[in-house]
Amino acid sequence: MTNIPHNALVATLAISLGATAALAHSFQAGHLTIHHPWARETAAGQSVGGGFMTIRNDGNTPDRLLSGSTPAAKELQLHSMVMEGTVMRMRQVTDGLVIPAHGELTLKPGGFHVMFIGLKAPLRQGAMVPATLRFQHARTVKVAFKVQPVGSSEPMEAGHAGH
Amino acid sequence: MLGIDPRRVGMIALTAAALALAACQGAKAPPPAASGGIGGPFSLIAPDGSTVTDKTFAGKPFAIYFGYTRCPDVCPTSLSRMARLRKALGPAGDRFAIVFVSVDPEHDKPKAIGEYVKLFGTPIIGLTGSEAQLKTIEREYGVYVNKVPQKNGDYLVDHSAATLLFDGRGQLADIISPDQPDAEALAKLRALAS
Repeated sequence: MTNIPHNALVATLAISLGATAALAHSFQAGHLTIHHPWARETAAGQSVGGGFMTIRNDGNTPDRLLSGSTPAAKELQLHSMVMEGTVMRMRQVTDGLVIPAHGELTLKPGGFHVMFIGLKAPLRQGAMVPATLRFQHARTVKVAFKVQPVGSSEPMEAGHAGH
Repeated sequence: MLGIDPRRVGMIALTAAALALAACQGAKAPPPAASGGIGGPFSLIAPDGSTVTDKTFAGKPFAIYFGYTRCPDVCPTSLSRMARLRKALGPAGDRFAIVFVSVDPEHDKPKAIGEYVKLFGTPIIGLTGSEAQLKTIEREYGVYVNKVPQKNGDYLVDHSAATLLFDGRGQLADIISPDQPDAEALAKLRALAS
């Protein structure tokens, strides 16, 4: 009889391992799914890095990404980036970023991003950078940013990278 | 004033706009007419501490981009695109230099800039300078730089994100704007390398 729970345990473990491999990079928090958080690699001496992700909201009410933290850096901030002509202006977002009901918020190069400020060590290709994101409704969720080559413009897990 | 020169910035914006318009009309983008003197002498510091000036590039075209290493988005995007396009050009890609100038000397020391440019997998000359040296090149090359203080005492830097292309005589040959498609940027680099 002790076999049943044992098998059940093995099955559960296999499923979670399988899920980790297949979904590589999705994190769930209530109605929110955080897809493929990724960051660009940084060089020695570079104190700041950028991170990107898509957040899907399957709920009936909007949510808001308020802030975050990471043990890899002193601060995690949300930033916007706009081009005015050929001038780049970056600003900290202090009132959060809305994820519409049944919609998505995408942080990507050329737009919103998270900033890892005061990196404790360079972000190396292939590493996973742990972070905690804080939402208005979904509360906090632990995620990990996969570090990709500096030339990446989108998450590699999506299978479109390298062009 | 951190080297802001609205007249020159306006000129670059206008040149870029004119080129974009020409591209939209399907015309072959002409080199800008009299550039109004964007370019000229400069003196900056290389990662090994040596001095690099405009004369270093005598006879060699160069593509120059101004930014800072704490810029997480447009700088790596622009530099990695230059690296990618250079590879696409094959051997012709070696006929021009790629130069990155950090306009944030307070944070970016020459050696760290040397490490930063290595990320891109192609030779990029990473430079910075004293405040005075940078002011000179920012003014003469029409580069907008503006430090924006943050609540935590830090600052962000608004800056021009266009890549300026200079021919072997140091004359402004063209401008690649960050929103330009790769194909157009590649054509400009091919022309620079020819």
